[in-house]
Amino acid sequence: MFDQFFQEPRILGIVQAAVAAALALGVVILARYREIHVEKDAAIALVRGAVQVVAVGSVLLLLLQGPQWLGILTLLAMMVAAATIAARRAKGLPNAFWVSLLGIGFGAGLVIVSMTWLGVIDAALNSLIPVGSMLIANAMNSSALALDRFRGEVESHVGQIEAALALGAEPKNTVTPYVQAAVQSSLIPRIDSLRSLGIVWIPGLMAGMVLSGEDPVYAAIYQFVVIAMIFAAAGLTSVVSTLLIRSQAFSPVQQLRLRPGLGE
Amino acid sequence: MSSEVHLLRTENLSHRVDGTSLVDRVSVEIPAGDVVAVVGPSGPGKSSFLRLLNRLDEPTGGMVFLEGVDYREIPPQELRRRVGMVMQSPYLFPGTVADNLRFGPRQRGKDLSREDIEQLLARVNLSGYADRDVGKLSGGEAQRVSLARTLANEPEILLLDEPTSSLDENTQQDVEQLICDIIRDGGLTALIVTHDKDQARRVAQQAMVMESGRMVDLGPVKEVLGV
Repeated sequence: MFDQFFQEPRILGIVQAAVAAALALGVVILARYREIHVEKDAAIALVRGAVQVVAVGSVLLLLLQGPQWLGILTLLAMMVAAATIAARRAKGLPNAFWVSLLGIGFGAGLVIVSMTWLGVIDAALNSLIPVGSMLIANAMNSSALALDRFRGEVESHVGQIEAALALGAEPKNTVTPYVQAAVQSSLIPRIDSLRSLGIVWIPGLMAGMVLSGEDPVYAAIYQFVVIAMIFAAAGLTSVVSTLLIRSQAFSPVQQLRLRPGLGE
Repeated sequence: MSSEVHLLRTENLSHRVDGTSLVDRVSVEIPAGDVVAVVGPSGPGKSSFLRLLNRLDEPTGGMVFLEGVDYREIPPQELRRRVGMVMQSPYLFPGTVADNLRFGPRQRGKDLSREDIEQLLARVNLSGYADRDVGKLSGGEAQRVSLARTLANEPEILLLDEPTSSLDENTQQDVEQLICDIIRDGGLTALIVTHDKDQARRVAQQAMVMESGRMVDLGPVKEVLGV
């Protein structure tokens, strides 16, 4: 309906955003009648979200018109930001930032480089940056989940690990089951994504391609390609991150560093 | 200081964590064949001292010598095989009793035979338990398996960190008697941490009293703890 009155895409976008925000505020007002007060938080989040997303759109506009090296630099910056966020989840783990950065750099980086070289990802910035960012974001989640699970497993099995060390075991042998559990649990969301693809959800990329007039079958196949690449990047990241953090969990003289509290 | 080479000797051994002194300048000499009870009130110190001897924690000061050799010169895996440790809880690994007994020797490429396993189990009065799942053992049985698992490494020194404290009274007596028999029959050198002075009198010849991480007394158990 609005497109009949507003021909200019950006004006149309602002009107659509205002209507969507009004709908969200309507829900907030409805909640208020039920004594659920989220007015302040919702208002701040809506304004913040709008500003952030418009800022990102503007930056993307500049990037997509820029040279190729700027795209590579952008992906590298995204990896650093992703490692910072993943390391926050892994608070207390030694060198968590570097472990996350190397994990994400290896996992997402290898998939981006190899798939771009093979032509699966278009080297043009308007394809490389959005697809690359999806791979990096998912690698970040996997790294954070794997590190968090690894820490949890180690901290709840300190006795078994130290019993094995006290028997002369090599540190890496004492945490093998916890490395496996960390990698497996970090991949559950990615496996569920593959399983439910097209049945439970139509992912954003495919929806966007269809909305912009792309052949739905090609859009669906490319969406599968992206989800499979995400799985590969996430899996590689989880494996590399947990193997790296495994070595950080022990001192050079094979003492467990991740020991909560002090024993008697 | 004696010119005799003791099996184990510590010199001002200390361990501080976040400004708290868990072990404070402990110097002790333990000849081969001695059984020393490490006693004292609840609080940091006794178990921390044992952890330092197995090098599960790193000393922040002082030295440990094993047969006159600075233990930092011995690879940690070899040191931990030679200085075996039985913890307060058994912490058995999932699997069978035999799997647990094979664990230590397998770390250095040695595979225990069925006969070796049966001999070890006989030493802890658990003959016929080799194929039992460790999840189905009682507390006392689990602690005996833990003891046999450490013995499978043929340690020169046995560190026992309150090995009976998590057991009920009857089982405590059984496991304590078993420990006494194993130490005596094998002529082992041992340090046993205990809160129980009666247990110390029954098990050890020497007593070492620790308070707030410091060694405040050391000598024959009857002199230090009374008869």
